[in-house]
Formats: sequence, structure tokens, C-alpha cells
Amino acid sequence: MARPTMSGTKPVAASTTKRMSGAQALIECLHRAGVDVMFGHPGGAALPLYDALYDAQQIRHVLVRHEQVAAHAAVGYHRVTGKVGVCMATSGPGATNLLTGITDAMMDSAGIVAITGQVSTLAIGTDAFQEADVMGMSMPVTKHNCLVQTAADLPRMVLQCFMIAGIGRPGPVLVDIPRDIAQTETEFEFPEQVTLRSGKVPPAVPSPNQITAAAALLSQASRPIVYAGGGVISSNAAGELAAFARKARVPVTTTLMGKGGFPETDPLSLGMLGMHGTAYANHAINAADIILAVGVRFDDRVTGRLKDFAPQARFIHIDIDPAEIGKNKPAHVPIVGDAREALRVLTAQVTPPECEPWHRQIAEWKERYPLRYRQEGDVIKPQFAIDEIYRATKGQAIVATDVGQHQMWAAQFYLTTQPRMWVTSGGLGAMGFGFPASLGAQMGRPDAVVCAIVGDGGFQMTMQDLATAVEYELPIKIYIINNKSLGMVRQWQQLFYRERYSHVWLRNPDFAKLAEAFGAVGITARRPEDVTPAIERSLQVTDRPCVVDIMCDPYENCYPMIPSGQSIKEMIVEGK
Amino acid sequence: MSTSVLDALAGARGTAQRSMKHTISVLVDNSPGVLMKVAGLFRRRGYNIHSLAVGVTEQPTVSRMIITVEGQPEILEQIIKQLNKLIEVIKVNDVTGFSTVDRELALIKLNATPATRMEIMEICNVFRANVVDLTEKTMTLEVTGRSDKIDAILSLVQKYGIREMVRTGQVTLVRGTQPT
Repeated sequence: MARPTMSGTKPVAASTTKRMSGAQALIECLHRAGVDVMFGHPGGAALPLYDALYDAQQIRHVLVRHEQVAAHAAVGYHRVTGKVGVCMATSGPGATNLLTGITDAMMDSAGIVAITGQVSTLAIGTDAFQEADVMGMSMPVTKHNCLVQTAADLPRMVLQCFMIAGIGRPGPVLVDIPRDIAQTETEFEFPEQVTLRSGKVPPAVPSPNQITAAAALLSQASRPIVYAGGGVISSNAAGELAAFARKARVPVTTTLMGKGGFPETDPLSLGMLGMHGTAYANHAINAADIILAVGVRFDDRVTGRLKDFAPQARFIHIDIDPAEIGKNKPAHVPIVGDAREALRVLTAQVTPPECEPWHRQIAEWKERYPLRYRQEGDVIKPQFAIDEIYRATKGQAIVATDVGQHQMWAAQFYLTTQPRMWVTSGGLGAMGFGFPASLGAQMGRPDAVVCAIVGDGGFQMTMQDLATAVEYELPIKIYIINNKSLGMVRQWQQLFYRERYSHVWLRNPDFAKLAEAFGAVGITARRPEDVTPAIERSLQVTDRPCVVDIMCDPYENCYPMIPSGQSIKEMIVEGK
Repeated sequence: MSTSVLDALAGARGTAQRSMKHTISVLVDNSPGVLMKVAGLFRRRGYNIHSLAVGVTEQPTVSRMIITVEGQPEILEQIIKQLNKLIEVIKVNDVTGFSTVDRELALIKLNATPATRMEIMEICNVFRANVVDLTEKTMTLEVTGRSDKIDAILSLVQKYGIREMVRTGQVTLVRGTQPT
């Protein structure tokens, strides 16, 4: 079996031996792994690492104000570039602050490497100052983690971490480096390439028999649908998915993580499915007879009550991770492999099924249940604000969102047409993710218009890093969908907890003034007519972040909605 | 037998109606934290570890874990798939139903007086257990065999009063040339 290899992007000598400190060896590894941007925060145990970084001219280290931001930014960077994101922190509190970001990366399969300083080898286990069992804590939330125990292991271990983070289903990898190992000078041997055991390498080519079975099933379908997720993005399979869908004329619904995997402006697109997905996507998937599931994990936010999800369907499930196949729903045709390759072969073999009635049915659903809102009166509707952002940016911006109502409205109304333009925290649903992720995205794509669409609650979890965005002159547009509350929690309290609004109302700061205090531009939009000019103005700012505080209707709810653990039958299409 | 330490790892899904005992062999790199990673997967998916024995193999860099578990087959399948993804895991094999040699060792410290010694020795003879320590008040037995044999001797000597006991957990190899 082929063994994956990884060599540096720079021309470096093969297996070289050099005398240097462990920290310098780490930097050498980062060069070899092609790292040019990283996010981090120094501290005691990380001092030797940062000392070595002082001389690393080719690596741009972004000094964040809180380590959580470093991890989220690394995810944002990975999402938009496809490269492994890197974050670094010191031992103890530095490392624990990374954990939320690392967990987010695990849930959403983002390839990042987290480097943590650790107390000296001899002090480990003594409850030393700023010591934390980072290995133990990060174990369940990483794809792999390791502690460098001897200096000689460092180059191989670090290079292997980069490889593991990016290969197959991407994920976070943590490497813990004790201070003494970083400091000690010794002879280091840098392997020309690192390898993984063959069993750890996902199969590149999917089983031809399974592909044939899938093609046969799809060719006879009368109500087929593609259910595409984040795996389509990770495997760079958007082009192949579009080719398949257009050839077979099969409608496509994408998950929250799969947004951008298929152009939402395409007539075959059904938009997002699931709890807050479009009613037509949910109707379609539940009526489907053949479902081609690509790079998805049948998350409960998509399926609702599992036994009632797509009850008449047979599933073809393509995933690079065999553990996902059959985890929640049995797959009739399991295909383990790279989505891009699988879709390419499948497209060649598929015969477009005869399903005109199905397309007519879908058109009728689209007609009957469009996503809509009414902007009237003096209060700004949040959907209107997002619509205006979409219009002003011509749908071409990279959008990072936080978590909550605004995230769902952004997913519904900011149509995404290309992969790696949509950055969100799906599985973990980590409030505080959006703005830091936009920071990473802008570092990765300096040329792009990057918008963070956030709520007033989530933004306050990580807004201190406006300082970082100002310092690095990042022209991020931060649109606060401000409903003076934790809107999604409030919506649930209204619908399911008898309107007992327990601890959801926020007395917020003046975000525009706050932005100005940080050295960013601050704008407030209070009335519907303020929204468009405010967004237009924000797009003119090119040398610093711009915060647009959009005061929205605090009682607007996010629909459609399939209540948690229920099915299409319980879907609430529109509010009263 | 109650293995409360290992049972404490179980979640809500631990006891199932369709549960069945499985023996799983896991070959792992001899690296720090790997035991915790493997055990953590069982805990996270709510699966009871019945017994777990770890030791080095014929290759010094490789350890073998023999894990006996009970629970629903779907969850176990999921755990095996997840185990296979761990970088340190070399091979996972569910050897349930294979022709295997299974052994477990137990040390059982009993209350024993001169009056009851002979009786206990008789039980030892039947089970081919060894008396490995003897004092005025106690007697310690060493017994090796399949886990059900150990359960059987335990049920017989219980009435003398078990002061302390330790079991190694089951170790298993597949018979013949087939690798475990």
C-alpha cells in the first residue's frame, strides 16, 4: 500500500543533521511543513519556543490576546486556505485556553496543529507552576496528541503531527513540548519524509464494486437527492459534485459545514437542510428514495429523530472515515474513500434517472415554502441585514459566523457559491468562534473581503482581539446582529419554556464606541434605512477592522425550525 | 463478579438487552498515554470494560491489550472503528468466537484457621490452585484458568471469608498459526 509522504515546500537537504536547540528544531520543522502564518501567545514554558521564533523571518506569528482566539483563528485559516492552521500557547492556562478551539476543530474536522509549551521533563507530575496535564485533557478532543519526551524524537514527531492533521479526514493534533527539551542543544536529524503505518492511511481509490452498485442504484432512482457535507470541502470535491449533480440532474442539499460545496444559486440547489434548513430541503430529503450522502455524519441537527429521518430512503454513503459509515444510519452502499475521486468515478458511470415528477414536486415545494421575511416598520429585521450584506458584497465575501440565530440566518440568506468561503462552528457550536475565525481567514486570504457575522452575545466572548485585528491592520468587517439577547436561547425559552426568559437579556456596551477605543472603525445602524449605508461604509475601510452594530428586532425567531429530536412532521415553517 | 473500577467507566448506554461478551485484542505502540486513549474510547461510547490486561509482546516496542467487554454490537463496532483510527493502535481484532486459549490469574487471600485449612486445600486440588502464602489466620491461593473457572472457585471459597483478592484480567491468544 502506498505510504503518504510529506516533504517541505522549500528545497531543503534530505536527511540532515544539525546542532541546535529543540526550539530551533521546531522552527525548522515548521519551515519544512510550509508554515508561514501561526497564531499564538507566549508564556513561561514557551519562552524557549518564542526565543527561537524571534529569528524565524519567514513565519508570521500573530500575537493574539487570548489563546482561544489562536485556536479559532487557526481553524479559520485552515478553512479558507486548505492548509494546516497552527496555534501555539504556553503550558497550563495557555494550553487550557486552546481547548475550546481544539474541540471545535475536532467536531468540524479542521486540520490544525496546536503546539503547547510544557514544564520541564523533571517537573512533570509535580504540580509545578503552570503545569497542566495537557496530554490527558486534549486526548478526547484531538485526532492525535503527543508529548515530546526526548529531543531526538522532536523533528519526526512534529512533522508527523502536520501530516496527521491534514491527511484523510482532517483534525486537530497537539504536540506538547517540555521546556528543557526546547532549550537543550543537541544534534537533530531531520527526516526527509515521515510516514504513517499503512493502516492509518485512508484508501485513495474507492472500491469499484461499490461505485458500480451506487451508480446502478442512482440510475434507477425516482426521487434521488445528494446530501453533501463538510467532506466535500475538505476533499476539494466541489467541482466533481457539481459535475455529478448536473449530469445526473439530482438536487443537492448541503449541511451547515457543506455550504459552498455546491453553488446555492444553482437551480438544483435546495440550500441547507436540518433543524433550520429550508422547508423544501427537508421535505425533499424525507421523501427521497435514494440519498447520496457525501462527507456527512448524519448529525442530529440534520436528522432530528433518527428513525423518522428519510424513512423511505436507501443510502449511498461516501466518507473517507470508515467510522462514520453506519454510525447513525445504516448505509446500503458504503463507499470508503476520497469524495473527490468517488464522485469523479461515479459521474462517469451514472445514467441520469428519469424523475421529472420529482423535479416538479421540488419546484412546488420551493414555491410553497420560500425562505422569507417582511422588513416593515422601524425595526431592522436580522434577515434583512444579512440580505443587505449579501447584496453589498455581491455574495463574494468570505463569511465567518458565530453561533446562534444570526448563524442560521446567515446560512439561509448569505448564499455561498464557492468552497472555502464559509467558516462556522457547526458541531461544537462554540460561541466566540466567529470573529477569531475571521481573523484567521483574513490572514490566510489577505486579498479577500472577510466578514464576521456575529451576535452580540458571542462577540463579547472574544471581542478583546479587536486589538489584534487593529494591530495587524486586518480590514475585517464585523457585523453584529444585535438583538440585545442570547437570541437562540431566548427563542427556545419562548417556544419550549413558556416564555420564561431566564438570563438571556444583555445590557450591552456601545459596540461602535468600543471599536473606536480599540482603534477600529465603529458604526451603528438603528433603523432599516441605516443598514445599507452602514454596510457600504464598512466596505470602504481597508486598513483596519470595522464594527457595524446593527440593532435588530429582539423578538425575531429563526424559522423554519424542526424542534430538537423531532421530525419533518413537527416542522414549524413560519412564525405567527 | 463486580469490577466496579472498570464499571465506573461506563455511561448510560452501558447495559444493554442484546449485550454479549466480547474479547478484543489490541496491539499498540508502547508509548505513554496509549492505555488512556484506548480506555477513553470505551468510556466515551458508554461501553463497559469487563477486564483489561496489558503487557509487552515479542516485540519490545509493541504491547498487547486484551479487553473483555459486554454491550451492544453496534456500539462495539463503532468503538473498534474508532480504535483503528488511533495512531498508536497497530491492530484491533475481535476474537470472540475464535478458537482461543484464554487464561486469567487470581490471588485470593482467605480467612483460614487450622480447622478449615484442609477443606480449602481440597478445593485447591480440584481447581489445581496453589497455596502461595499461609499464616495463622490467612491462606493465599493462586489460581489460573479461564475466567469462569476463577468465578467457580471464588463461589466455593467465599464462605471462609475473602479478605482480599486480585485478578489479572483475561489474556488470550488464538490457537494455531492464525495471529491473534
